[in-house]
Amino acid sequence: MITELGHFALILALGVAIVQMVLPAWGAHVREPRLMAVGEPAALAQLTLITIAFLSLTHAYVTSDFSVESVWSNSHSMKPLLYKVSGVWGNHEGSMLLWVLILASFAAAVALFGGNLPATLRANVLAVQSGIAVAFLAFIVLASNPFTRIPPQPEGRGLNPILQDPALAFHPPFLYAGYVGLSIAFSFAVAALIEGRTDAAWARWVRPWTLAAWICLTLGIAMGSWWAYYELGWGGWWFWDPVENASFMPWLAATALLHSALVMEKREALKVWTILLAILAFSLSLMGTFLVRSGVLTSVHAFAVDPRRGVFILAIMGLLVGGSLALYAWRAPRLEQGGLFAPISREGALVLNNILLTTGCATVFIGTLYPLLLESLTGAKISVGPPYFNLTFVPVMLPLLLAMPLGPFLAWKRGDLAGALQRLSAAALAALVMLVISFALFWRGPWLAPFGIALGVWVVGGALCEWGARVKLFAAGNEEVLRRARSLPRSAYGGMLAHAGIGLSVIGIVATSAWQSESVVAMKPGDRTEIAGYELTFRGVAPSQGANYKEQVGLLAVSRGGAAVTELTPSKRIYDAPRQATTEAAIHVAISGDLYAVLGDEMTDGSGFVVRLYFNPLVRLIWLGALVMALGGALSLSDRRLRIGAPRRARRPAPSPAE
Amino acid sequence: MFVLRPHPKRHPGGGRDPVHVSVAILVVTALIALFYALSPAHAVEPGEMLKDPALEARARRISQELRCLVCQNQSIDDSNAELARDLRVLVRERLAAGDSDAAVLAFVEARYGEFVLLRPPLKLHTFVLWAAPLLLLVGIALYLFRRTRQRRAQAGGANQQPSQLTSAEQQRLDALLKRPPA
Repeated sequence: MITELGHFALILALGVAIVQMVLPAWGAHVREPRLMAVGEPAALAQLTLITIAFLSLTHAYVTSDFSVESVWSNSHSMKPLLYKVSGVWGNHEGSMLLWVLILASFAAAVALFGGNLPATLRANVLAVQSGIAVAFLAFIVLASNPFTRIPPQPEGRGLNPILQDPALAFHPPFLYAGYVGLSIAFSFAVAALIEGRTDAAWARWVRPWTLAAWICLTLGIAMGSWWAYYELGWGGWWFWDPVENASFMPWLAATALLHSALVMEKREALKVWTILLAILAFSLSLMGTFLVRSGVLTSVHAFAVDPRRGVFILAIMGLLVGGSLALYAWRAPRLEQGGLFAPISREGALVLNNILLTTGCATVFIGTLYPLLLESLTGAKISVGPPYFNLTFVPVMLPLLLAMPLGPFLAWKRGDLAGALQRLSAAALAALVMLVISFALFWRGPWLAPFGIALGVWVVGGALCEWGARVKLFAAGNEEVLRRARSLPRSAYGGMLAHAGIGLSVIGIVATSAWQSESVVAMKPGDRTEIAGYELTFRGVAPSQGANYKEQVGLLAVSRGGAAVTELTPSKRIYDAPRQATTEAAIHVAISGDLYAVLGDEMTDGSGFVVRLYFNPLVRLIWLGALVMALGGALSLSDRRLRIGAPRRARRPAPSPAE
Repeated sequence: MFVLRPHPKRHPGGGRDPVHVSVAILVVTALIALFYALSPAHAVEPGEMLKDPALEARARRISQELRCLVCQNQSIDDSNAELARDLRVLVRERLAAGDSDAAVLAFVEARYGEFVLLRPPLKLHTFVLWAAPLLLLVGIALYLFRRTRQRRAQAGGANQQPSQLTSAEQQRLDALLKRPPA
């Protein structure tokens, strides 16, 4: 009954979405306030209806109603409650429902908090947003119904145990919030094209939405990476897998968009480019959805076997992306241009940022899609793996990292490169010192790694230098420094934190990639081994019983220099439903890095159990950096000036940290 | 799970439908990957390893360049599949027989086709793939710089040669200038 209610609400939502797509846009066109005003209540109604649908599906999962096909094939009555709930979006149909729920939430947020937007812009944004909703609701109702009934089954098939994990329960919602959050930037861009006008105020409205989406994407990607690190059982955290790339490309585009919107807001330049980026960022999110949902990734042939959903999403994508790009080609030339600047200037630095980020993004795009394209055109099968991306993407990012600390020190319009370098001398010195230290410590190589570490230190140091310059550290009295530190806007802190976060991640990535140590040994109870200064004694394996799994737990006593440090208990699990094996790594965390232990199979020759040990130096900096980035984003988002919307900026001289 | 059996997530035919597999893959997402990831051997068993550490290190590097053909986007170094194990042993046999790294890769490619190479060789049909990053960099840079240059030229031109006023505008200007201050 509740399930049917949900299904009904979903169909109603589709109807409401159609109304919301048509009436406000028509109203904006003929300047009829009553028609435009339909947008807000419609957005709220749409959100309410989709929420009802989502809750009723959740209800079916929580009560383990195995007469619903989606519940039967993805859930199990013995599963812990958290995973019953997360099971709702752990499958194709439910995840699409979550997708439209987030889409509707963003539209409702515009309706609620967009009071300061011009009426026509708001109406157009809501209409475009609803256009996306119509496409996806139609997809769900027609091709991907989560409420389909089947004859009641006694028990469900269960959720893949590697997905039964807290980090993973919240990973998809964050990622989707990021993907779908970019739809707002897209809707604003299309609305601006429809109206044929954009200005600094437009950029100021778009930035907080993009920032919110970017924060979610950053957190979602980091969470997935963190999960892969401890759950997949060998300490890998990035694989250049097409599905990872699908989430990474929107992140790169959103990062570029945040920076170009800054130029547009402050200097009215890069308008057309910013609009294009907004369209591209969301298009990449759509492509991510298509890549993951259509099965085209497994193989071009898997797509052909069950093409209905794939073709549907491809059609949606073609319509939205093609339509918006056509609109762009038609209307963008009419947009006015503003703000001139010299190549060496804040604008110039942000343009460089955009060139490198979009090139990096396009590189990932080509590497991901080239094999698919080649196979469907010529039938030739090639593999594009990590070696390709490391050879192409990484070199594009290096100049970006080098230039990153410089940007904030350049003035708008015309900057002083020598002066900026001078103010960064402390960061340069720190980087140099780290370079020497890492060479001294790791003279055996790899020789590129110390440069990578130095680059990370340069970026972190650059952010610190920026703060120092802004508060006049060492140049003014203590009171003055404190006063300046307090009055520095949150958005300034946000930017510095985000940059510092990138630097931290770079250090973690380089250190763990270059200097990870590992040891794969067969151990019998009593055997000892060593890794990275730790001594480990294998005490044996004992069986144990969990909530919905049985496991074998190995015990390793860890000591360092004779003193006991900890005991590690890596295990192998067999889940009850579906009957599937996983390994649970045991990790000892220290400041210098993670000691990571995995229990393997028993050797057939009687030489004991295979034990895999890794020492991952500074690996946590990767996720700490991501957290710092997200924190910076959140701080910036909480800045009052951003939240209030777009008052006309008072004319004042270009602010620079050197003031 | 890598140790116990082929990876259910990346291993088609693990009993899950393609959609489910792709959902599972969705979750393997991560952060910026700068610098070559020197991820070590994950699936190598103690018995497979070569005695000579230098040779074993080379075997590892080569293994990371070879795709496990029955897995989804995994190198033979990462995979537990039987085929990956056989290939790892094959690579080590060739190395022990004195082959160079390139010879080993060529040997495996000759047997399993180009698909096995995770770093596609530069050929006619992969030219676009390898050239794209550079072309894109130049293309995007040119586009953005030309846009700003053009605009500066327009603005500069406007400064040097103010556009001619139409006669109507000239009349209005005259009228404004003649009008006594209010």
